[in-house]
Amino acid sequence: MKLLQRALGPATLVTLLGTFIMGMWVTPKATMLDGGGDLVRMLYVHPAVAWVALYVSFGTTTVASALYLWRRTRSVVMDRIAYCAMEVSALFIFLTLVTGSIWGRPAWGVWWAWDARLTSTAILGVFVLGYLALRRANGDPEARARRSAVFGILIALDIPIIHFAVVWWKTLHQSATVLNSTGNVLVHGSMLWTLLLSFVAFTLLFVWLLRFRYRLEVMRETSQQSRRDVAVAARQREGA
Amino acid sequence: MIRTALLVARKDLLIEARSRVLLWQVLPFGLLSLLLCGLALGPAQAGKSSAAPGLFYLVMLFVTLLMINRSQGVEHAAGTRESVAVLGLDPAGVFLGKTLALTVELWLTGAVIVGGAVLTLHTAFAGTVAALPSIAVALGAMAAAGTMYGALTAGIDGPATLLPVLTLPAFAPLLVAGERSFSSALHGGALWEWWVIMLVALVGYLAIGVLLYGVLEDS
Repeated sequence: MKLLQRALGPATLVTLLGTFIMGMWVTPKATMLDGGGDLVRMLYVHPAVAWVALYVSFGTTTVASALYLWRRTRSVVMDRIAYCAMEVSALFIFLTLVTGSIWGRPAWGVWWAWDARLTSTAILGVFVLGYLALRRANGDPEARARRSAVFGILIALDIPIIHFAVVWWKTLHQSATVLNSTGNVLVHGSMLWTLLLSFVAFTLLFVWLLRFRYRLEVMRETSQQSRRDVAVAARQREGA
Repeated sequence: MIRTALLVARKDLLIEARSRVLLWQVLPFGLLSLLLCGLALGPAQAGKSSAAPGLFYLVMLFVTLLMINRSQGVEHAAGTRESVAVLGLDPAGVFLGKTLALTVELWLTGAVIVGGAVLTLHTAFAGTVAALPSIAVALGAMAAAGTMYGALTAGIDGPATLLPVLTLPAFAPLLVAGERSFSSALHGGALWEWWVIMLVALVGYLAIGVLLYGVLEDS
């Protein structure tokens, strides 16, 4: 386990570097009229970032929240994982929107469109901000954990809407090219391998960030507790 | 559970009927908001505007936020929570009862605001009547979501400011679906996809509320 933890950082860096090299120099430019030449290289960043933002980090938060609410598995660890995953998710949702916007400007001619996929993703971003606001609004740790767990599950209702937005409505955003209903992968050769490598790289980056954020949260709680202990001891000395 | 739901709904509606907060505070606020929306559009545009469905749902959003705070506020009167705990009421029933009461209150307010929209924004009467079922479902879903979010923010610091932050993203798909179905009823267009969103949201929030409302009451 310790070896895995030690290997996580280097593995993340190596896969990110591999994605960068493959994406910049090994994979070809787009040749089709709508491909946009070098613009196609966004393929190795945006989908992977979105994958982490929508599925990996939210999946982590939802599962951890559900496990917290289930009495048998209720523990502060689950609460911390849900919270930390949500914070990391905020970063990835922001990156999803920014990289999507950078890709959208030359492809669609606008930085932002009121498209179902884009709008529902932006709504998810606001939900995450709401979650973080809720975490900071309540003093009692147990009540805060319960409320956050319920809200974490409520937010998950937005994920199917985002996922199926491109199917349910006519959208500017393209439909799924790898995990589509036909099972026919619409990306080929080196592009497909680079795309898959980018998914692995950004998933590892998420796990790496989550691990660091979790440790930071434990340290914050410990420091808060020791400050409280010092304050209580000082009051007791005053009373004595 | 159903018996508890009816009991709680009756209690909430009786409180509203006796306090007249809905009649003297919420309804005037809703109508004033509608008039202000008309003024913002200007006299030339207000009468022929296609924005009426959107304005209706915007006003209903403000009203709903007020009503959610009100619905949770009555539970926080001194001793109410303790009494409910001692009675051993089923939390799922309490959730359904509060949702039912809020739905009825929103339907009543919505009926008045729709009437106001027909009068002041010259919304076509036949189209508005055709939109009523979708309005009823949208407001029901907003009531179910609002009851959950109201319980989520109840008893913490600054619930009045936190509630809109949490509920607006949740209401957004409902508002879009409601507005589109209202517009389709007025001007024609596809309806089913908007109905699907509203019905899925209604069923989803009811299911989550029945399962998790007890957790929020405990906290």
